[in-house]
Amino acid sequence: MNVMRNSDPRLHYLTPLKQTPFHPRTAAENRLNDWGPWAGYTTALSFGDTAMEHSAIRNGASVYDLCPMVKYRVTGRDAAAYLDRLTVRNASKLSVGGVHYTIWCDDAGKVIDDGTLFRLGQTDYRICCQERHLPWLLDSAIGFEVYIREETEDVAALSLQGPCAWSVLNAAGFDVADLKPFRMRSFPFDGGELMISRTGFTGDLGYELWTTPAHAIALWDHLFAAGAPWGIRPIGTHALDIARIEAGFIITNMDFIPVDQAVREDRARSPFELGLEWMVDFDKGHFTGRRALLKEKVNKSSKWALVGLDIDGNVSVEGSIIYHNGKTEVGTVTAACWSPSAKRNVALAQIRRPYHETGNLFVEVYALRELQYAKLMLPARMCERPFFAPPRRRATPPGPF
Amino acid sequence: MNYDAVIVGAGHNGLVAACYLARAGQKVCVVEKNDWIGGAAVSRELYPGFTYSNCSYVASLFRPEIMRDLELPKFGLQILPYEGGAVFMENGDYLGMHRDHDANRREFARHSKRDAEAYDRYSRDVLRHCRFIRPMLLRTAPDPSSFRPRDLSELAWLGKQMFGLSEAAMYDMIRFWTMSISDFLDEYFEHPTVKAYQAVASIIGTALGPMSPGTAYVLLHHAMGDVDGNVGAWGFARGGMGSITKALKASLEAAGGEVRAGNGIEKILIKNGRAIGVAMENGDEVHGKRVVSNMDVKRTFLKHVDEGELPGDFVKRVKAFKIRGSSGKLNIALDKAPVFTALPPNSPHMKGDMHFTDSIEKMERAYDDWKAGHYSADPFQDMMIPTMIDPTMTPPGKHFMSCFVQYAPPKVEGQDWTDADRDGFAKACLDQIEKYAPGFKNSILHVEVRTPRELEKEVGLTEGNIFQGELTFDQLLFNRPVPGCAQYRSPIKDLWICGSSTHPGGGVMGAPGRNAASEILRDLRAPTKDMSEAYAVL
Ligand SMILES: Cc1cc2nc3c(=O)[nH]c(=O)nc-3n(C[C@H](O)[C@H](O)[C@H](O)COP(=O)(O)OP(=O)(O)OC[C@H]3O[C@@H](n4cnc5c(N)ncnc54)[C@H](O)[C@@H]3O)c2cc1C
Repeated sequence: MNVMRNSDPRLHYLTPLKQTPFHPRTAAENRLNDWGPWAGYTTALSFGDTAMEHSAIRNGASVYDLCPMVKYRVTGRDAAAYLDRLTVRNASKLSVGGVHYTIWCDDAGKVIDDGTLFRLGQTDYRICCQERHLPWLLDSAIGFEVYIREETEDVAALSLQGPCAWSVLNAAGFDVADLKPFRMRSFPFDGGELMISRTGFTGDLGYELWTTPAHAIALWDHLFAAGAPWGIRPIGTHALDIARIEAGFIITNMDFIPVDQAVREDRARSPFELGLEWMVDFDKGHFTGRRALLKEKVNKSSKWALVGLDIDGNVSVEGSIIYHNGKTEVGTVTAACWSPSAKRNVALAQIRRPYHETGNLFVEVYALRELQYAKLMLPARMCERPFFAPPRRRATPPGPF
Repeated sequence: MNYDAVIVGAGHNGLVAACYLARAGQKVCVVEKNDWIGGAAVSRELYPGFTYSNCSYVASLFRPEIMRDLELPKFGLQILPYEGGAVFMENGDYLGMHRDHDANRREFARHSKRDAEAYDRYSRDVLRHCRFIRPMLLRTAPDPSSFRPRDLSELAWLGKQMFGLSEAAMYDMIRFWTMSISDFLDEYFEHPTVKAYQAVASIIGTALGPMSPGTAYVLLHHAMGDVDGNVGAWGFARGGMGSITKALKASLEAAGGEVRAGNGIEKILIKNGRAIGVAMENGDEVHGKRVVSNMDVKRTFLKHVDEGELPGDFVKRVKAFKIRGSSGKLNIALDKAPVFTALPPNSPHMKGDMHFTDSIEKMERAYDDWKAGHYSADPFQDMMIPTMIDPTMTPPGKHFMSCFVQYAPPKVEGQDWTDADRDGFAKACLDQIEKYAPGFKNSILHVEVRTPRELEKEVGLTEGNIFQGELTFDQLLFNRPVPGCAQYRSPIKDLWICGSSTHPGGGVMGAPGRNAASEILRDLRAPTKDMSEAYAVL
């Protein structure tokens, strides 16, 4: 059966959730057999204990399997010009070896997706994102000399995050002491190549490690051997989710609905409405959505705001409705947790303008305790993101924190 | 006995209307010409031990409000969702369908990487159109020429739906309602077979080809239903589509209604401009305070009402109503499951709809034959084997195969269908299946062949049109069936119509029947406590 599965491409449906190249290792570690689907892959939600895994992110070194992230390679003479046109940031200014967080919009200035852009060479970029966009990327390429290739399955990647991440890499023989945040560097590894970028989704000191599937297992084993003294451990999506909320990061299809999937027209959001206006470069020349965004900026016509909230008490508020003055419905919590690192009750929320400025906000929570609900109206305050921002995340060179 | 209502035809819409009227305390009698009931939602045993879905074969449009109001599950109705489906390709491969999002993407990617990633946006757009139309299904279309407060408020409601859209969405909507499915699909997909699969829903029951303007809307008509909230999904009625009408009949009888089968009406009796009952083929008369016709609009007014009773302009419009037949059907009892050479063993694709038309061009060519007055030499078939899922229709290991076929014209080169024509039509279909499943013909136990001739004769569908009238924009909403007559009433007092010729149209949906009952009860100022509100579209 297995032989047939592998050899007959028509039988893909027998395993609709693929296994990542790290699966032999993650499966062995997954004591609870706690899996969930992510972008067509089987991924670990937790390996045994979410609190311990989160603690590893903030205390030692954690490893998260990134393979399901969707990846596109953009090459060709016009790659930079194309990406300048496609995305809202200035991709030409990104230097070779650099990475930046970016978004792209439709003509109406509504966000399609966010992701990271890696400049691998003068005319060679990689987009790493949540959702699939091949038709959009190809149609946007009309008139540019670029080649676009979907390469999700050709890349195997791990995220190594935590105060001891640098120490682990050091012990593993990769010298990244002078690697600054949002920079990357390549190393020979296992007869192939390993690219290490100082990026991550935890708001902590951390790196992402990129290679090809053939070297995946070797990479895993090498890291875990080197990281043993720092308690390196694999983490699942639940632990990562707490860390990313603490860091104030948003996720497509969780904190906003991408416009190309929004059945209800009014669910689409602009960068202004997601707190991402800082990255929109109106001066770089035309880009898709520019006209609409400029109009929105001038007219101040944004309808929503994505904000961080600090909520009274210690009851986590995911999925709750937000009220102004305890009466008027003004928004929804999109992600929330009690932050173990910040010791605060925090949330990300979409709030209808102008209530993001008025204050006097309350979150309605139904807290289920032994089959009975406690109905709470908790005062909430807007606050800065990230909720937790240790200086080590930017320290260069990092230390043995 | 003078009934409150005599319903002509035990099609599902006649039965739905009868059920609601009976539950509101009306004394109703349904008269049906055939020995069996169901109209085009019928299951008969034509070969021992095999139950067919003789006409309609899959369910999605049937409104869940109706199933619940009329307690149909209590009377035996079960709708089973199905999975799978495939288009067999000329090159020996196939394009398979999956309910699982990732499996579906990977299958598309086998044929086109681009199309695999185009599906999200496509389904968003189709769903957007569905959200617009779904709230209209259980509402009577307003009469735009009337100044009655109700029509004005309905018009205002319709306007609000429309103006609730952004400018861009409104343009999309208007384009969508008028364009061809071929043009619509070109905006999303590149692979011919991907497009051919999506185009199917746009030609079913329609005397138009995939390149004809107006076919995009027909897609919507097939996408706006649901199985338990899963919009766009289709299912089987357990035990065949006749289970729907059987459950309706049981529900009706439990509410005190009557069904008399085996005797058709000759004439609708009209006295002093009012319908007072029907004269039956056997000479009996059945009297009622009103007559509700489940027959199509042409049959009702042109065959069973004296023309002199009707305004000339109305007759002219009814005559002009487009009801061209385009479909036929083969119902096949099989000794064993066919083996399609393209499919891997135990393929889940056999549980769903299977097609042999792997490009829009081929589909359009099948339509070219129709235009020339022939059945298609290389027909489009929507083939299903419900017994892959439903264990009740045949003995174990045997199968019932349902083949819905296009195109078949109402007349062959202007002449009535002959038995030889019918046999030639059947042969074209069976040969096509045999080509992809060698040996299939040897396992055939019995075939029922239905051309538009049989559909008209048995079901009473004029010209064999399966929807009691084409579903093009000019024949929808307040124009269905004809302008000025879209509220289930007719120019003759107390004569009502409740079949698929009325808004919102054909398919096993029940909405026309329910809406008609609602109008009748409104006229009577009778309570409608058993008619729940249409479910909100959130
Ligand atoms: C071959 C075929 C396949 C189809 N496939 C599907 C499908 O898969 N899914 C789907 O949703 N829809 C399908 N449809 C469409 C759907 O079945 C019809 O639109 C629907 O069943 C029509 O229901 P109705 O109650 O409006 O009218 P009908 O079912 O047409 O009922 C009219 C009734 O009136 C009776 N009648 C006619 N003349 C007289 C008379 N003189 N006296 C007394 N009674 C009379 C008829 O016998 C019939 O019972 C299909 C239709 C056909 C024909």
